[in-house]
Amino acid sequence: MIAQNQNKSKSVRLKKLIKKPEFLTFAGFLVLCLLMSIFSEQFLTSRNLINVARQISINAIIAVGMTFVILTSGIDLSVGSVMALSGTMMAASMADWGWNPVLAILFALLVGSLFGLINGSLISFAKMPPIIVTLAMMEVPRGLALLYTGGYPLSGLPSSFSILGRGYLFNIIPVPVLIMLIVYAIAYLLLNQLPLGRYIYAIGGNEEAVRLSGIKVKKYKIFAYVISGFTAATSGIILTSRLMSGQPMAGIGFELDAIAAVVLGGTDIAGGRGSIIGTIIGALILGVLNNGLNLLGVSPYVQRVFKGLIIVLAIYFSSKKKK
Amino acid sequence: MNNILEIKNITKRFPGVLALNDVSFNIKRGEVHVLIGENGAGKSTLMKILSGVYQPNNGLIYMNDEEVKFNNPKEAQDAGISIIYQEFSLIPYLNAVENIFLGREIIKNGILAKRKMKKEAKNLLKKLDVDINLDVPVSQLSVAEQQFIEITKAVSINDSILILDEPTATLTKNETELLFNLIRNLKDNGTTMIYISHHLEEVFEIGDRLTCLRDGEWVGTEEVSNLDENKIIRMMVGRDIKDAFPSRDYETDTNDTVLEVIGLQRNESDSEINFNLRRGEILGVAGLVGSGRTEMVRSIIGADKVYQKDINIEGKKVDINSPADALEVGIGLIPESRKSQGLILDLSVKKNISIASLRKLLKQNFFLDKKTEKQKVVQLINDLNIKTPSMEQEVKNLSGGNQQKVVLAKWMGTETKVLIFDEPTRGIDVGAKVEIYKLMNKLIDEGISIIMISSELPEVLGVSDRIMVMHKGKINAILDNKGQITQEEIMYYATGGTEYDSAKSEQE
Repeated sequence: MIAQNQNKSKSVRLKKLIKKPEFLTFAGFLVLCLLMSIFSEQFLTSRNLINVARQISINAIIAVGMTFVILTSGIDLSVGSVMALSGTMMAASMADWGWNPVLAILFALLVGSLFGLINGSLISFAKMPPIIVTLAMMEVPRGLALLYTGGYPLSGLPSSFSILGRGYLFNIIPVPVLIMLIVYAIAYLLLNQLPLGRYIYAIGGNEEAVRLSGIKVKKYKIFAYVISGFTAATSGIILTSRLMSGQPMAGIGFELDAIAAVVLGGTDIAGGRGSIIGTIIGALILGVLNNGLNLLGVSPYVQRVFKGLIIVLAIYFSSKKKK
Repeated sequence: MNNILEIKNITKRFPGVLALNDVSFNIKRGEVHVLIGENGAGKSTLMKILSGVYQPNNGLIYMNDEEVKFNNPKEAQDAGISIIYQEFSLIPYLNAVENIFLGREIIKNGILAKRKMKKEAKNLLKKLDVDINLDVPVSQLSVAEQQFIEITKAVSINDSILILDEPTATLTKNETELLFNLIRNLKDNGTTMIYISHHLEEVFEIGDRLTCLRDGEWVGTEEVSNLDENKIIRMMVGRDIKDAFPSRDYETDTNDTVLEVIGLQRNESDSEINFNLRRGEILGVAGLVGSGRTEMVRSIIGADKVYQKDINIEGKKVDINSPADALEVGIGLIPESRKSQGLILDLSVKKNISIASLRKLLKQNFFLDKKTEKQKVVQLINDLNIKTPSMEQEVKNLSGGNQQKVVLAKWMGTETKVLIFDEPTRGIDVGAKVEIYKLMNKLIDEGISIIMISSELPEVLGVSDRIMVMHKGKINAILDNKGQITQEEIMYYATGGTEYDSAKSEQE
């Protein structure tokens, strides 16, 4: 029977908050910000903070799809390549085929989703391991992008198109940050307010039990990969707009940053637990670390070592908590 | 020196729970000491302390009159205490021989002496009178066969104290007999055994003394010869259970068929399975482990691919190619293994209960209606008397009986016509069993029809309207259960007999 506890005391609520998977991440983020603001005077300026937000937006958006996939116990290594292909195809459709930007954007999203569909179908129907399928799919879209462009950046985009990557709302909020917030809001809704989200978590927890409960597991697993392709394409659109050219070699290594953001955000790499809020905090940690170390003049090579150590630390804590 | 083990004032606290409270008793050298108690009574915690998994907050353990402290399972094992858990610790991809010799492989000239190990394993299994395929990975063997390997592995290490945690929960009657023979042999050789069980018959069959725990406290230690079933049940639950199998009022109509299974074949070479299920009945499915009962029901709900089948629901033909299709037409399966197939252990009680009915819990046809969800879940938790501190509790923290009720609650939220229970009371205690039976009766009253697979013959006889007996993948008999059927008759059909003559068997 459920005990009647309508009047939760403050301490109970605090305990509940501390138990949330993203709490530790958030605490870590605050500590990091505190350290950075002590060591660097420029860190806590609004200009710098907005800059950080803009810098993380591309990785943070890719990490949304990655969160869905990892929650189902999967992984998507193809996001960087899918992002590059979506970006170059969009650039091509505007520069070479003369499409209008809206159509071109839809085309890019379609290309990204299509590769998600291919990944998801191979994993669900052919029952191939996600890591292998998406490893192979790191090559195919990249190859197609290089094939079409001959390896060169594709420029000649209409100047109005730059608004997505370089524009500001009310002269203060960068458009990429705005897009990021919208993507996160939708993802939050999908994961927390729709049956879909429950199924995604449940599949990561025990796929067979979910299947025997009469739920179409394959459909939802495929959907997770489609979301991943879709968000990779969204980032591809922003990057293309920012650079005003389609870059076939864009996004190399981005899958690792996205996975890092998800794991730093407290999502279990084995699936089943985690949160989308955690992911954005994870992406922020990576961004602040990057930015702060830059401000302090730390060599980029050292920064990579730092990043690696922090990821190991995050996984250590999350596996310890699970026990 | 009469006592091999003395347990003194053991107390173990977990956050928010006092799992063991000042428990003291002795184990005599060479006895089979049965440890009994409902789920959550603290049996497993105590065994984990004896085997070094947990350390007590208070209290002492003496082994051969010397104080011992086990900081990890290895230390306990070195001292001579080994334990066979309910959940297997076999490596699924290794075969029986490799599992039995895991960690103590026989090595000759620096390489594995495979032939020698196989020979020794064969001898061991022969002694136990078990016939197991030694060349396939154990994951391809039946649950019972896997358990036998586990037991063989443990007894092949020379131990002074062997702890058996409900070893018969998954065994058939014959296999149980074999195990009991083995236990008797071990006892003759001087092994002391602590035997955890829910089955009262077993206590009388093999137990010398019995200790009962309830809610983490010691209730009593008695010579088995001084006890009877009622006394033990009273010790366990602190009350009498009058009605082990509660009766129900629903009268089935022999012409009112809900489900028809026609020509079901998993493979082309299998024999066809045909049967029907009447509205409001419980159709018990008996048979030995490996007789194809679980496979049959998995085929019906589309969890496994089949060569051919026709399914009619209320006279209408339906296509079922997946469990989702089955749910669509109103058939649900409560699977054999709660933990690996029935529950998502990391999710809350609430989320487990509502998972199959989320589509009916929408507002604006799109968003989850969390308020209604909570109301329905609270209702089911109360109706089924699920004991949980809150509906947000992770389901892995519940006891076995309450976990099973969560699986049941999941299906009660959907609109099913037929529910298939595969071993619904495996590994749960007497009190919770009765509650499960009552819930089944309640389902019947609500117009649901039930197929119940069970390896416990008293349960099949006590609960079913009709009993279907399977042998080697085919239906060997369908019997009306009007009180004249005996366990012997079911076993006769389960072992392949075709025409049972009750008079003859009585003469024998």
